[in-house]
Amino acid sequence: MNRTPKKSILAVETIIAIVIAIYVLFPFYMVVVNSSKTTTGIINDPVGIVGGSFKQFAQNISDVINNTHFLFWRAFASSLIITVVSVLLLNLFGAMAAWVISRNQSKKWAAVIYFAYIASMIIPFQVVMLPLIATYRDVGKFVGLQLIQSIPGMIFAYLGFGGSMTVFILTGFIKGVPYDLEESASIDGCSPEGTFFRIIFPLLTPVISTVTILNGMWIWNDYLLPSMMLGLAGKDKTIPVAVQSFVGSYVTQWNLVMTAALLAIIPMIIVFLFCQKQIVQGMIDGAVKG
Amino acid sequence: MTEIKEKTKPVSPKAKVEEDLYGGEKPLPKKIADYIILVAGIALLVISLVMDGMGSESVVRGPMLIAGILVTIAGIYLFPSPKYHRAMIYVIFLFPLLFAFIITVIIPLVLGIGYSFTDWDGIRVRNFVGFDNYARMMKRPEFIWSIIVTALFVIFNVILVNLFGFLLALLCTTKIKAIGFFRASYFLPNLIGGIVLGYVWKFIFNQVLTKMLNTVTLLNASNTALMAIVIVYIWQYAGYIMLIYITGLTGVPQDCIEAAAIDGANSWQTLTKIKVPMIAPTVTICTFLTLTSSFKQFDVNLALTNGTGSVANFMGSYLTNGTEMLALNIYNTAISENNYALSQAKAVLFFILLAVISIIQVRTSNKKEVSL
Repeated sequence: MNRTPKKSILAVETIIAIVIAIYVLFPFYMVVVNSSKTTTGIINDPVGIVGGSFKQFAQNISDVINNTHFLFWRAFASSLIITVVSVLLLNLFGAMAAWVISRNQSKKWAAVIYFAYIASMIIPFQVVMLPLIATYRDVGKFVGLQLIQSIPGMIFAYLGFGGSMTVFILTGFIKGVPYDLEESASIDGCSPEGTFFRIIFPLLTPVISTVTILNGMWIWNDYLLPSMMLGLAGKDKTIPVAVQSFVGSYVTQWNLVMTAALLAIIPMIIVFLFCQKQIVQGMIDGAVKG
Repeated sequence: MTEIKEKTKPVSPKAKVEEDLYGGEKPLPKKIADYIILVAGIALLVISLVMDGMGSESVVRGPMLIAGILVTIAGIYLFPSPKYHRAMIYVIFLFPLLFAFIITVIIPLVLGIGYSFTDWDGIRVRNFVGFDNYARMMKRPEFIWSIIVTALFVIFNVILVNLFGFLLALLCTTKIKAIGFFRASYFLPNLIGGIVLGYVWKFIFNQVLTKMLNTVTLLNASNTALMAIVIVYIWQYAGYIMLIYITGLTGVPQDCIEAAAIDGANSWQTLTKIKVPMIAPTVTICTFLTLTSSFKQFDVNLALTNGTGSVANFMGSYLTNGTEMLALNIYNTAISENNYALSQAKAVLFFILLAVISIIQVRTSNKKEVSL
């Protein structure tokens, strides 16, 4: 890396990088270009910019947004509520649980709980998928709360599934926070819960941002769980479920499918533009620690 | 600490603090109020559970149960017992996540493994059938085909994604301009969910490439369709693996590379003899990341081909699920065929395979750490 590269090598490397970038970004270009065309326009020329017009783009957008299978704003609101609330609760409850586990490492019960969380990370969703729906249906019926086909039920499910990774990463971090800090707080008359919320929780900011990104991206893009819990024809849908339900009924109208894809992609791209550094760092940390 | 030393009483610091904090001075009325809150919470809980148990259809029982849980937690929190205060805080802190975890993961897992030995139809269990489901699934050619397809897909992916990810990482650690832009754009596909990009690629394969190259779509025949899924998967995943390799490569100490350069190593030798061995742990991480994630591949498979594709003759029968991987096969067995018990048995096998992979992963990465 410290070699002084020859100009020719650098030029070749730049060209390769550009070619790969064109290849990687090509599908995004396809989405943008073809969401401003008519169906016949796509059949005539799927690659060029010529067939599209801004008027047609506005037309497609309004068609898709108001489509009864898609209902973009409603799906967007559901996805946003589910993701934000799940991530916030996972951060709070995850940090609370991780703190208790890491401060009782020597005790048997803490070790058992920690092991259960770690071991559950290898459980694939498929093995719990069907009994999960049955359990949620039965528990919901028993206690009189709607758990399937409801947004609170989805959030509860993500608390269950996201808990293991969250607790794992947070426990690893809290173990590194010196215990002296808590002891001196406790000597100064701070209660255990006060110690946690005033001393420990503020120290967790960097690792909380990692956990937020990992959980947030996973929950926002997740398809299988919401499709099982909410159903393709239910009243509430997340964006991936809405896309699937929409494409299922409009598969030949590629201009509308591309518009739906565009609407589904845009929120993530906007978030990425603003928090690129945090997202990249969070993804790396998650992989290396997980 | 100094504060404690000044005190003459031989009291351990912790006990002293707790005495100061919660000791006898607490006014009696508050204590009684705390007891009342706890009792009220438990009463609410019990009443709503009794209502549930008796099959009441009243709409208040749900909210009442939640109120009962919350009031009980408040009661435990306020319970005037300095001796157990810390233990109670621990219980309260562990409760929310553990409760969701048990309802969502533990109970369905236990039930699921149990259901795989019965004739469960999604609602009730009639008979215990032993290993019948397992025997049946092993006799079904389309399931065996799914296992083979998944294995092939995993092998191709692990090799190709790591190769491309590593090459991209090498490219992104050179001195070319606008490196940040290239890194960001290579990573970009990873942000988008598999369903959406599956449909985008379906459009590219079916409408764009056929037009540009004047050929039939790759998605037509089973083997080319599998290739298409691999292409999409590499497109989505290589950027992420690249990021991890970049972290590994930039972590290689500069003096090692300099020392090699002084000894006259060319850049190829530096790469193979210095950089690759130094990032061996990163290779392990990336290998297992791609291994588990491509083994669980579902979204792209569903959106791109939905598992369709014909296979002329496999184990003596004609198959229509040429590109159906395990995760999708399990899903379709339950949802399309409505065969819940069989699907559950397949899922248990899927789980065992994944567990074996994970155990091997833990073993190998532990060994690597020792040898370093």
